Amino acid sequence: MSRLLRLAGALAFLLILAGCFTERQNEGHRLYDANCSNCHGESGEGLRQLIPPLAGSDYLKVNRAALACLLRKGANGPMTVNGKLYQQVMPGNATLTDAEITNLLNYVQTSWGNSNEVFTIREVTEQLTGCGGSIVR
Amino acid sequence: MNLTSLRRTLGAFAFVLAGFAGLTSCADKAETADLPEQLPFVGEREIRPRADGGPADTVIATIPDFRLRNQDGQVITNATFGGKVYITDFFFATCPSICPKMQSELLRVYEKFKGDERVHFLSHTIDPAHDSIPVLRDYAQRLGIQNAARWHFATASHDSIFSLARAYMTAAQKDSTVAGGFAHSGAFALIDSQRRIRGVYDGMNPLEVERLMQELPVLLAEEKARAGK
Repeated sequence: MSRLLRLAGALAFLLILAGCFTERQNEGHRLYDANCSNCHGESGEGLRQLIPPLAGSDYLKVNRAALACLLRKGANGPMTVNGKLYQQVMPGNATLTDAEITNLLNYVQTSWGNSNEVFTIREVTEQLTGCGGSIVR
Repeated sequence: MNLTSLRRTLGAFAFVLAGFAGLTSCADKAETADLPEQLPFVGEREIRPRADGGPADTVIATIPDFRLRNQDGQVITNATFGGKVYITDFFFATCPSICPKMQSELLRVYEKFKGDERVHFLSHTIDPAHDSIPVLRDYAQRLGIQNAARWHFATASHDSIFSLARAYMTAAQKDSTVAGGFAHSGAFALIDSQRRIRGVYDGMNPLEVERLMQELPVLLAEEKARAGK
């Protein structure tokens, strides 16, 4: 009986542990779905000539140093992605923490065939400090 | 582990299994749900007493007269959609929240029915101050709609648009607290050739948009029967 209990205990512990990791791992994905996917699409495909794609986007490589502030401050005006000119307004997000922005960016940088260099939190905080938008909790 | 606890465990298992079975059967039912023979009439009913004192007539609300201008600068009215069915929504070109998703869902419907001359599309801007005719034309072309032959992107005065939104059962209002400055629902309304609303669908929900694509042929069959009379 006690062996059974111990086994059950170990199993529960593992499940809880896995739960923590999974949630953390999926944070970027969840934040993307909640904040970005309405416009950029569930698979980063964008929308025709209206909203630029994130999947296979050269912008993510060329403007790597400006991405954290782009998420924080948004954009308004012409933007060229993969040689095409886009004119939409992109709203910024004033409340995500630096860690959340890091997870979100890394999800984008490594999803849908993207294999761009990922960010560390420190790097994102540095970028965000540059535009007065660092939020550390 | 004694016999009682074993029995209890098994009992719990059976309960969980039964639960799953219940879920599965529900899902099956939803998938194979039969289409209605006739689409319902959505919206207000008006009871009109008859002058001769006989039983009152129940009148179904219809879309009021409208006069809009589309992305090609043409005037469009109810007559533009005479003998056709059309699907409406409300959007604005700089909308950063739900519009791109909504318009990409409406594009799916458009792509599916673009071979059918009887089906038209009408997107109203709720930001006429910004969305001039050239802005609407640019927006339409960026979506891949080259002209207004089948899909109109239309504008009118602020007041007419907002009262039309109410008529099409779409909530739309100015709201400085939301991104973009306007709060609105992503509803698609399906209108028959007699100006009546025959379905309202949540354009943000792909399953609802599927339902629209399944129900549209039901309405087209009804229209065909009416035309044949």
